[in-house]
Amino acid sequence: MNKTILAPFLLLLAAFQAPSQQSDILVKLTGGQVPVIAITDMRGSGDAQTHMGVFNRTLFDEIDNSGMLKIAPKSMYPLSVPQRPQDFGARGVVMGDWAKPPVAANYLAFGYTAIQDGRLVLFGFLFDVKQPDVANAQVIGKLYFGDPTAAGARQVAQEFAADILARFGVKSLAGSKIYFVRQMGRDSKEIWQMDYDGSNQRPVTQYGPGYTSFMPSVSKDNTKLAFTQLSQKNPAVILHSLETNRKLPFVNPQASVNASPDFTPDGQNLIFSSSLGAGFANLFIAGIDGSGIRRLTSVRAVETEPKVNPKTGAEVIFTSGRSGPPQLYKMSIDGTGIERLTSGEGDAVNPSWHPEGQLISFAWTRGFEPGNFNIFVMDVTKKAYIQLTHGVGRNENPTWAPDGRHLVFCSNRSGSPQIYTMLADGTQVKRLTSVGSNTMPVWSK
Amino acid sequence: MTKRNIGALMLALTLAVGVTGCKKKAPAPPPPPKPVAVAPAPPPPRPSITFSAEPTTVERGQCATLRWNAANATEVNITPGVGKVAGSGTQRVCPTATTTYTAKADGPGGSDSATATVNVTAPPPPPPPPPPVATISLSDLLAQQLQDAPFDFDKSEIREDARNILTRDSEALKGIFRDKYPNATVNVEGHCDERGSAEYNLGLGDRRATAAKEFLVQLGVAGDKLKTVSFGKERPTCTEANEACYQKNRRAHFSAGQ
Repeated sequence: MNKTILAPFLLLLAAFQAPSQQSDILVKLTGGQVPVIAITDMRGSGDAQTHMGVFNRTLFDEIDNSGMLKIAPKSMYPLSVPQRPQDFGARGVVMGDWAKPPVAANYLAFGYTAIQDGRLVLFGFLFDVKQPDVANAQVIGKLYFGDPTAAGARQVAQEFAADILARFGVKSLAGSKIYFVRQMGRDSKEIWQMDYDGSNQRPVTQYGPGYTSFMPSVSKDNTKLAFTQLSQKNPAVILHSLETNRKLPFVNPQASVNASPDFTPDGQNLIFSSSLGAGFANLFIAGIDGSGIRRLTSVRAVETEPKVNPKTGAEVIFTSGRSGPPQLYKMSIDGTGIERLTSGEGDAVNPSWHPEGQLISFAWTRGFEPGNFNIFVMDVTKKAYIQLTHGVGRNENPTWAPDGRHLVFCSNRSGSPQIYTMLADGTQVKRLTSVGSNTMPVWSK
Repeated sequence: MTKRNIGALMLALTLAVGVTGCKKKAPAPPPPPKPVAVAPAPPPPRPSITFSAEPTTVERGQCATLRWNAANATEVNITPGVGKVAGSGTQRVCPTATTTYTAKADGPGGSDSATATVNVTAPPPPPPPPPPVATISLSDLLAQQLQDAPFDFDKSEIREDARNILTRDSEALKGIFRDKYPNATVNVEGHCDERGSAEYNLGLGDRRATAAKEFLVQLGVAGDKLKTVSFGKERPTCTEANEACYQKNRRAHFSAGQ
C-alpha cells in the first residue's frame, strides 16, 4: 500500500502542465477509490467526558488532514451509535446501516474513554462495515493510554488516528517537529520549534535583540540545526546541536556573506552560499565544522538555497540569478551538469526536496507581480509542475513533511506571515501559528 | 814550635802599638765655607684661567660644552659636578637647571677663578592636541553628508542617478576620512525590498554593497576603510507595500564601522 502514496503524483505530474490536467491530479489523489470512513463522536465515562471535545476534534482532524480517507458527513450517521463491539445487534445498532447510503462508509471508527487508575484510557475500534459478519469486521481493537488532561486526550487521539491511517499506508506525522522563524522584535528573529499540529511552540535559539537567526535546516538524523545569522557583522552560518541546544563549531570562510546552509543526507557536510573569493555569493561545500571547503559553482551571479537530494545525496537543487531573475537549477553534488528547471519567468525560489528525491516544492511568482509567490510542486526529471496555491497572499518556503504527502509553508493570507500545512495537492490547508510573525518552516522527523 | 810562639807575640805587640798611635794624631775640622753671594729667585707667577660655556643657553635635556684654559696652575677644579680637570680642555655638561660653573685654578703663585653660566630653558610645550574636531559623531556625519544609492528591483548595477549620488558621497567620505575620522571605517550596507525571497536578497544585498564600494574606490576612496555588509531585506527603512517604499529599501546605505 505504501507505494501508492507517491504513485498518483508521478502519474499526474507526467501528464499535466495544462490547467485542465490539474483537476485530473486532484481526482487521482482524493477521488474514486479513496475509502470512506465514519468516525463517531465518542464519549467518556465520568470525568473522562471533560476531554472528549479535544479528543473528537483531534481524531477528526488527523484523519481528515491525511487526505487518504474521506470522512462521511456526521449528519448522515444513524441515530444509534456503537461504543463497543458488543453493541452491534443490541440497542438498535446495526453494522450494515453504516455501509448503506446515506453514510456509505467502508470503515467505522468508534469507542469510548474512561479514567482508570488516574489514566485516560481509550477503547478504540475500527470495523470494516462492508463485511457481512460482525465477527469478521474488526480491524482494530486496542487500548490507548494517556494523561487525564487535554494534552493526554490529544495524544491518545493522535495514536488512534495513526493506527487507523497506518492501515491505509499513511506514515504518521505524530512526533514530527516543525522548525520555523519567529520575529521577536524589529531587529530580532529566533528559530522556534513546534509539534506538527502547531502545539507546543517554543524557542530553540535565544540570541536576543540585534540578532536575526533564520534559514533553518535540520540534519536528517535530527541531531543538528544549521541556520544563517545576521548581526552587525556579516551574515554567517551557525551550527547548533539539537541534543544539547549548544552552539557547535563551524568555521565560516572569510567572506562578506555565508548563508543558507543545508546538510548532506549523511550529516557529514554542509552545502551553503558564500561570497568567498570572487565577490558573488556562489555555492560551496565543507565539512560539518567548516573544514575542507570546496567551491561548487563559479559564476558572476548570486546563487543560494542549495538543497541536497535527501534520497541519493547526489543532486543539488538551488536558486541562481545566472540567467537574470532568480530561477531554480539542479546540478550534481560535484558542481557539474548544471541545468535550469524553471522557465525564466518571474522569481523562482525556495526549493525543497520530497523525501523520496523525485519531486520538489518551491515558490514562484510566475503569472503574478513581483513578490506574489505561490507554491508549486515539480517532478525534477520531467520538469512538469503543478501550482498548489493561487494568489492567496504571499506563499513561500514550502518544505515537505516526513510522510511525503504534506507541505508546510508560510503565507501572509491572514495579513501577517504565518505557518500553514496542506496536502501536497493544495487541499486541507491548516493554519498552525497565529502569534506575531512566523516564517521559513522546515519539517523534521 | 818555639818559632810559632814568637811570631804570635810579635803580631800582638805590633797591633797594640798601632792602635795607641792613631788616636793620638786626629786633626780639627775645617771651618764651614763662607756662602757665595747669589741673586735672589723671583716669586712664582700668579695662575690665571679663562672659562666659558658654549652655548650659554640650552633647552632642558640638551647639553653645553665648558671650555677653559688655565695658566700657571698646578690644579684646576670645576664645580659643581665636574671636579679636577686638566689645565685646559673641554667638558660636556647637561644640567637640568640653570647652573653657574666655577673653574678655580690653583698654583704656587695663588689662585684664580672664573665662572660660566649655562642657562637651561624649559623645552617648548608639546604641540597642543588638535582641537576637538569631532563634536559630531561619525554616524551623524554620515547621515548628514551621505545619501543612499538606489537600485532597481533584482539588480545590483549602479544606475545613472546612483552614479551621481555616489560621486558626491565619495567626496564626502574622503573629507570625513581626511579631516574628521582618519582612523574610522565605514560600513557599506546592501539592502533589498521585501518582494524578493529573504535568501536571495541576502546575496543581492551583498552585490549592491560590493558594487557601491567598488564605485567609491574607483573614485579614490580608500578601499580598506569601506567594509561591505548585506542585510538582505531584514532591516527595512520603510514597511509599506508600494513602489516608493520599495525604492527606499533597495539601497546601499552608509553606517559607522567599528
